[in-house]
Amino acid sequence: MAYNLPPLPYDYGALEPHIDTETMQIHHDKHHATYVKNLNAAVEKFPELKDVGIVDLNKSIGTSKIPSDVATAVRNNGGGHLNHSFFWQVMGKSSDNNGPSSDLKAAIDSAFGSLDELKTKFNAAAAGRFGSGWAWVVVKSDGNLAVTSTPNQDNPLFSGAEVAGVPILGLDVWEHAYYLKYRNLRPEYISAFWKVVNWETVNNYYSAGKKGSFSIEPSRS
Amino acid sequence: MALRSLNRLSFALPGCRTFSTVKLPDLPYDYGALEPSISGQIMELHHSKHHQTYVNGLNAAMEKYQEADSKSDLAALIALESAIKFNGGGHVNHSLFWKNLIPAKDFKPPSGEIASLIDKDFGSLDGLIGKFTPAAAGIQGSGWAWLGFNKATGKLSIATTANQDPLSTQGLVPLLGVDMWEHAFYLQYKNVKPDYLKAIWKVINWQNVGDNLAAAK
Repeated sequence: MAYNLPPLPYDYGALEPHIDTETMQIHHDKHHATYVKNLNAAVEKFPELKDVGIVDLNKSIGTSKIPSDVATAVRNNGGGHLNHSFFWQVMGKSSDNNGPSSDLKAAIDSAFGSLDELKTKFNAAAAGRFGSGWAWVVVKSDGNLAVTSTPNQDNPLFSGAEVAGVPILGLDVWEHAYYLKYRNLRPEYISAFWKVVNWETVNNYYSAGKKGSFSIEPSRS
Repeated sequence: MALRSLNRLSFALPGCRTFSTVKLPDLPYDYGALEPSISGQIMELHHSKHHQTYVNGLNAAMEKYQEADSKSDLAALIALESAIKFNGGGHVNHSLFWKNLIPAKDFKPPSGEIASLIDKDFGSLDGLIGKFTPAAAGIQGSGWAWLGFNKATGKLSIATTANQDPLSTQGLVPLLGVDMWEHAFYLQYKNVKPDYLKAIWKVINWQNVGDNLAAAK
């Protein structure tokens, strides 16, 4: 198997009451597992894609490195595998929460004015993404932070992304991410998300992202 | 539809409303009437929340559109396009969908013109279902699967659209639509789309599909 479903860094119930146990179970064990299965099936005949690693695979999406007959499957499932692997990491029990590091706070203030204003922008991007997709905070190549959203399983690492950058925070706004508990009330889900952001991890993503580097499991420095 | 009623004279007659606000249509059956294929809980949320939101969104967007039109504010008109597409498409699609469905006890298989055309273009109803279901299951993200009619060729066609894009964007007349947004099935079927797609065939109103075909011809 080229790509593997990573275990959740916490129990299914760890994010209650903000994200419910049943959603975490189905989201990880079914939805994410299906992306991994479908990705492996898509890259089966392409050794160069099998072993390149999920991050580099995603950076190749949108380029000719991905053969055209599997381009759509790799985009949807390679994107889905990276996005969900990253998503599990940026969340954690609400007690793991000292907020942004002084470095990250400075970058937030510089780009948005304040953490509250970042949240306002991010929440609008998440609520305004029509259909399925994700909202992101990224570090761009110029070192500045930006908020963006992408459709379906696209992400800002893709070649040709509208707002390109290294993700430091992301939120799944596909209906499967919130429907069981929040029904049609996506804005309530988005508000609740902030209660489970694992700032320690986000800080680490930022430290790496500032240097243009990204790996799913950010090293704890 | 609604956009056709936008009257270019409105900028010469400030305050003159030319867009009639749309209303949420009533369902032709109770919320629980499509059980066990589609739960009453889903039908109630789907109709009274999701579709209602598209109705509200469309009315709000069209009010702004009229205002921008009356000021000849082209930038504002252009900025409203996606809201009109999302919400207008959502309203059109769901209005069609509710009529495409019927309680299982009233189910009748296709007959008349629509049955002949299905047999001609797909071999049989099973042949149609055999092609429609994988197309619907294969939609990535949110969207709709359709049985459409091509007026130019007189043929039936299976198509999919993303998000709330109406089938008219592909030059086909929608006869039957199946909502593949997760809100259409998730509470009952979770991630198991094939089960939803199997169940929905029991509650398709083929009389209505036939009526849509007759209207298209």
